[in-house]
Formats: sequence, C-alpha cells, structure tokens
Amino acid sequence: MKRVNRRFSTLLFLGIAAALLGAVTLAGICLKDAALVTDFSRKDLPPCQGFLFGTDWMGRDMFARTLAGLSLSIRVGLLTAGISACVALVLGVLSAAFGGWVDALISWWIDLVMGTPHILLVILLSIACGKGFTGVVVGVALSHWTSLARVIRGEVLQLKTAPYLLAAEKLGVSRWNRVKLHLLPHLLPQFLTGLILLFPHAILHEASVTFLGFGLSSEQPAVGVILSESMRYLTTGKWWLALFPGAALVLVVVLFALLGERVRLLLDPGSVHE
Amino acid sequence: MEPILEIQHLSISFHQYEKGFVQRELPVIRDLSLTLEPGEVTGVLGVSGSGKSLLAHALLDLLPYNSRREGTILFQGEPLTSQRIRKLRGKEIVLVPQGVTYLDPLMKVGPQLRKGRRDRGAREKVRSALARYGLKEAAADLYPFQLSGGMARRVLMASAVMDSPRLVIADEPTPGLDAKAASRLLGHFRELAAEGAAVLFITHDLELALAVAHRVAVFYAGETVEIARASDFPEGRLRHPFTQALWDALPQGAFRAIPGAQPYSGEVKEGCPFLARCPHPGNGCGQGELSLVPWNEGMVRCLYPHGEVMA
Amino acid sequence: MKQALFFAGKKAFRALLLLLGVSVASFLLLCASPLDPLRTNVGQAALGSMSQEQVAQLEAYWGADQPPVERYLGWLAGAVRGDLGTSLLYRQPVLTVIGQRLGSSLWLLLTAWVLSGVLGLALGITAGAFRGRWPDKLIRGWCLVISSTPAFWLALLFLLLFSVWLGWLPIGLSVPIGVEEEAVTLADRLQHALLPALTLSVTGVSNIALHTREKLVDVLGSDYILLARARGEREGAIVLRHGLRNVALPALTLQFGSVGEIIGGSVLVEQVFSYPGLGQAAVTAGLGSDLPLLLGVTLVTSGLVFGGNLLADLLYGVIDPRMKRGEGRP
Repeated sequence: MKRVNRRFSTLLFLGIAAALLGAVTLAGICLKDAALVTDFSRKDLPPCQGFLFGTDWMGRDMFARTLAGLSLSIRVGLLTAGISACVALVLGVLSAAFGGWVDALISWWIDLVMGTPHILLVILLSIACGKGFTGVVVGVALSHWTSLARVIRGEVLQLKTAPYLLAAEKLGVSRWNRVKLHLLPHLLPQFLTGLILLFPHAILHEASVTFLGFGLSSEQPAVGVILSESMRYLTTGKWWLALFPGAALVLVVVLFALLGERVRLLLDPGSVHE
Repeated sequence: MEPILEIQHLSISFHQYEKGFVQRELPVIRDLSLTLEPGEVTGVLGVSGSGKSLLAHALLDLLPYNSRREGTILFQGEPLTSQRIRKLRGKEIVLVPQGVTYLDPLMKVGPQLRKGRRDRGAREKVRSALARYGLKEAAADLYPFQLSGGMARRVLMASAVMDSPRLVIADEPTPGLDAKAASRLLGHFRELAAEGAAVLFITHDLELALAVAHRVAVFYAGETVEIARASDFPEGRLRHPFTQALWDALPQGAFRAIPGAQPYSGEVKEGCPFLARCPHPGNGCGQGELSLVPWNEGMVRCLYPHGEVMA
Repeated sequence: MKQALFFAGKKAFRALLLLLGVSVASFLLLCASPLDPLRTNVGQAALGSMSQEQVAQLEAYWGADQPPVERYLGWLAGAVRGDLGTSLLYRQPVLTVIGQRLGSSLWLLLTAWVLSGVLGLALGITAGAFRGRWPDKLIRGWCLVISSTPAFWLALLFLLLFSVWLGWLPIGLSVPIGVEEEAVTLADRLQHALLPALTLSVTGVSNIALHTREKLVDVLGSDYILLARARGEREGAIVLRHGLRNVALPALTLQFGSVGEIIGGSVLVEQVFSYPGLGQAAVTAGLGSDLPLLLGVTLVTSGLVFGGNLLADLLYGVIDPRMKRGEGRP
C-alpha cells in the first residue's frame, strides 16, 4: 500500500517536535552565560558566519540570546500552562460535581475572567504580584484556565448523567471505581489536549507582557525583552535584532500548536481521516 | 420493456483504520445484483447497518471519499458513471429522504425547492408540485421547523417530483408518521410507479415493504440473500431461511423470532454469513463464496433453498 | 416580544453585575500590589530630598494613605454618578482621557474588527469548501502561523517593511508630529492608522477562519446538503446558498465574542506604533501606577467585551428565524 500511514507519521512527528523543543530548552540553559557576555569590539554586527543572528549594540551574540530567551519562554510556558490546567481541572470538576451555588459561583467567575481582555488581566495580575518572574507566572497562569475549565465542566456534567454510569452505580460499582474506570479515561485526553494547547497561548502572553514592561526584568534574556529593546534600533536599520528572535519564537509556538493538534487527532479517533 | 436500472455485482467498501496502525478495506455491500422495471416498486429490506442506505448513495454518487465502488450499474441501458449521475440527479434520478433534517433549516420551503432559480416558471413548478401533495401555496413561505412531520414528508415528495423522474429512491421515508399518514405516503410512491417510474423503497420494516412493494430484495450482512415477489411471503414460497425467519417474526406469520444477531459485513470471512443461525445448514455452507442464483421465479443466495438441495 | 425584552434585560443585568465584579477584582489586585506609586513616579532620589509634609501631600495625591475599602467605596460612589476619578499621570478626569483615547482607538478597533471578520469568513469558507485539498491546507497553515505570531512582532515586521525599508508610511503616532490639531487632515489620520489597523486585522483572522471552516465542514456533512447534492445542485452553489447561510450566524456571534482579543491586540500594536489610543493609555497607566486610569480603562474595555457578547446573544434572536418566530429555544 502506497498511502503513508497517518498514525505512524503522527507519532514520528510528535517525537521529533518534542526532541526539538527539548533541545532548544537545554541549549538555552547552557548558553545562558554566553548570552550575557558583552564585547564592544564586535557590536552591531549583521548576521555572519560567527554570529548567525548578528550582535547587538553591546556586542552580545543574538543567537545565544535568542536561544536563552526561547528556553526561558518554554520553561515559563510549561510552568504556567501546567498551573493553569490544574486550576482548570479542579474548578471544572468542582463546578460540575457540586452544582448549585458552587457551579453558579465558578461559572460567574469564569465569565468575569473571560470578560476582561486577556492582556489587561495579565497586566493587572502581574502588577498585583510586583511584576518580574512571579508577576508573569501568576498573571499568565491565573488568566488562561477558563476555557479548559468550561470544557472539563461540560464533560463531567455529561458523564454524570450518562446512562452507563448510572447503570454502574445501580450495579454497586464503588464511587472510586466509577471515577477510575469511567470518568478518568474520558477526562484524561481532554485534559492532556487542553494542557498542550495552552502552551502556545501561555508563551505568547508571557512574551507580550514582558514586551510591554510588565514581565520578566530587562536583565533577563527573554524574547519579550530582546524585541522591546530592538525597537529602539529598528529605524537605524538593525533589522536582525527583531527578525530572528521573533521568527524563532513563532517557530517554537507553531511547534507547540502542531503538537497539541496532533495529540488531539491521536486521542480523538473520529478525526482520523482528516 | 427495457428495465430502468440494472445493478450487476455491485460492491462497496471502505478504507478504514483498525487498532493501531493496521489499515484495511471494509466491505459494506457485496455482490449486489438487482433490476428495476418501470411501473414497479422494489423494496430493499435490511436492518440498520446492513448497508442499504449506501446503495441509495451509490446510485446518487454521494458515497464518502474513502469508499470504493465496484461492479456495473446501467441506467436505461447505459452505464451510470459519476459524470452521468451528476447530470441526471435531481431530474431523472431523485431521492426522497427520511425527514425534516434533510431541509436547510434556515431557508424557506419555496426557495429551497426552486434550487436558486427565481423565474416565474420555477415558482409555478413549485406551486404545482406542492399542490399535488395537498400543500397550499402558503407552505412555500414556511421554514422547515414550522412544518409538521407529515407536511415535511409531503414537501420532500414534492421536491422529488419537480421534473417527472424515472427512478425514485426512497430511503426510510416514513419513520415518525402515524399509520394513516404513512399509508398515504406509500400510496404516493405506488402512484409514481403507476406513472411509469421505477421506485426503490429502502426500509427496515418488512410490513411496510410488503404494503408498498411489488418485489422485495432482502439484505443480510451486506449481501442480497433473496429477491422475492411480495406475494411469495403470505403464500409460503420463500427461498432463504433468513427471509422465512423475518416473515415468521411477524404477527401474520408464526410470530416467532430466531436467536442470534446479524454479523457486520467485515466479520464475515468465508461461506454463508447466515450459517451460524441457519435452522438447516448442510454440506459446503461454510466454504467459498455463494452466488445469487435464480430459483423458483425469484433469486436466492443459498445452497439449500427452502430446505431442499439445489439441483 | 415581551419575552425578548425580558431576555435582554436579564442579560444586561448580568453584564452589569459582571462589570461590578471586574471593578472590585481589579481594585483588589491593584491595592495588593507591592509597587509603590511614589517611588515609581517621583523617584527614590527625589523622595529622599523632600520634606515630611511634601511626602505626605504626595501620598495623599497618589492615594497611598487610605485603607483600600474606603478608597473603593469612595471610587464606587463617584463611578455611579459618572465620575471615574482623576488620572494621576495626565491630571485630567479619567473619563476625559478615556474619551479622547477611545476616539482614536475606536477607528482602529472597528476597522480591524470588520476586516478580520470579513476576511476570516471568506478564508474559512474557502478552506471548508476545499476540505483536505491544497487551498484548505494553505489557509490552515497560514492560520496556524498567524495565531502563533505575537501581535507586537508582526507590528514590528510591518514597521520594518513598510516604514523603514520601503519608506511608504510614517513610523508612529496617529497624527504627524509638530502639526496643529486643526491642520491634521483625514488623509494623515488614515496614513498613520493604516499599519496598526492592518496588523490587528491580520492577527484577528485566524480564529474566525478556523471556526468557520469547522462549521462549514459540519454543515457540508449534514443531511440537507446531502439532499441538495442529490437534487443536482452544484457544489459551488451549495456552499454559497446553504453553507454561507448556515455559517454566517455562528461566525457573527464569534466575531462579537472576539472583541476582547482585538482590544488585547490593540494594546500591543498601539505600543509598537506609538498610536495614542486606549491600549497605550493602559500601558502607561500600568507602568506609572495610575490606578484610577487603569481601573477606568479595564472597566471600559470589559464593558465593550460584555457589550459584544450581549449583542451576539441578541443577534441570534433577531436574525435566526427559528428564534424570531418564537418557536425555537428560549
């Protein structure tokens, strides 16, 4: 059969993407010191063989800075997306399991968070935590859980009234076994997919908030900081300061988005023929 | 008279993923042969999942992209290719579907039947088609959700007869109708046949099929196991044990059900798919492919029709 | 009709309640901030050289001497009367500042909202109609890249391309620098708003395009499309006659619900193009601890978002015949 087996290629892609992202993260950590080295003898170099992404006005290697920034972005993204997904899981399950005023309160809260433009909410949260690393992490983590919480709430609500669960209860299957056998297998794929799909948003918002000056401090080689600094030098023609770090960020986010998309396809058998 | 439709050895299969990385071809209809004469209503009888709706879709070139069609279909003596179907469907070959979900929920009945034409001729055609089924002109100005079940069915009938069709395919057109409305609808199909069209009436309900059809083709696990005249049923001239079992399950018959369930067509490996439930299996039933053969003025796919050994 | 009014009233009341919630939450967050407004705006050195009275005066000005609850109640009492306080940085009533800023932002937001909606719908329908073939793949790929691109970087790229390299468009501000307010022509305004509007429109496209595609794929798989095909309607006509009709309403709802994202994008884009709009005011207020202004901006933008959602809900009732004729869902 000449047709390429889609599932196999999906798994292959997942492996490659994860390895690539892991490599960037590790390389960034290793290059953290190199990213901070200033050398005025080599300042403002356009991209060349020694410095693939060029150097900035302090002679710092933009390639090292970009990698270090990406690594930082990925790590902050993992942390915030993880917290966000956990918040979503807890609130979604609570909301559906208890119903009544708990549900009303959580639903109202979700509406509240969704009603404030995301970036403003992250700014407010970050200010409340005194900006910096804590500010960004709290800001992004506490503003991205809403849609996943809604999904989980809906899923649990649906499962609660599913005939086979009611039947299991009548058959005397214990509460824990019902949760383990019937609830978790349904929730886990939703949760995992939701978690991975959170990464791109988390990374983008971290970069955005840092770019605006409410996030990671300017000593950090964060992508937001790099791009914010590049603005001052754009008009003098130093295009490489903005182009490469931004493009690299887009690449990382695209990889995460594709990863999420593929995992969703893999976990949802109905879409196998897409 | 020349038959309107001749289906010869039609097979339809799907390309599918099994567990893990295994892909396979899943046959849904196997070796189907059927001839439709003008003036005749032919019932196609099968449980849900036996692939009978796919037959309708194949005749209208509406099969999903991951399916494959084999065999020959002749319409008025000429091969029915995809290109030809696209020219004929909606005019000479028409579909009467199940119910109101087959109408665009956001479009009024009139514009929907006119297929985008606005001229006076089209309006007049819609008016007369609706009038034929007792619907007033005002019905053209209603949205589908405002139609009752019976009205929706009559609108669907009207949509089919806009350009006097030669082949009418009805796919389970009666569910949800009360007995009176259903029998009126069946009358409409016989009326179309009397005007010279061939009607293919797909259903899972034997009583319904016997009430409307002149001949009945019975599906079992993707295969036609028997083609019988409607009169063969009460007269005890059935050929295949499955058809007999269907008749026996009716109150008019012995009112007795047989045990077991129909296999999916993908599960049938070799031999007769009915073997496991057959009351009188014999030598050779478990091997090879059985073919549909003439027997006693009908067709049957069985080595021992009516319990006798085939000559 | 009475039912519809009741429905609208309930929704509006809920939106009002949410706005109150937004104000309380934002206020609490800002009060919890460890950032000292005096140090941010006056500077450590200047503070050190001031007398006790001067510092106390400044503290009173920046509101650092009152307990939060009192301050909030005072603010709320004013807000109910239509007074959102005075911006500390601009030394003008918050409503005046917001009014000016919103005036220049509104054009930007509206253009981007309409453009991204129309473009997104068109792309989504094209992708859905060509499902699985190259136009679909191209559009989906494009949407993936766009939704993975930070708005501010796209703004930087456009700035680099159109202003620095090609020199076609000015670099920033909504009006030319050093020109009297009266001398500013509409052409000037357009020229300066063009790039920000373009950036915002492009970034807003992906969400609506992807949703429209999904919806159209659903619609094209539905029973009534099957019958339309069986009745010999051509594929193109089916997409335009049945597809567009059934996809338009969800798309419109989605677009009304995406007001928040466009405002969020405008905060970033205005910053890059130094476009003096609401978003830039929010950033300035945030960086300068101008609590009344930041609170005001948050409230107004949240109001816009809730307004968008409210309109989306009401639109269903007005446009969808199933609701209009009063037999559909409540």
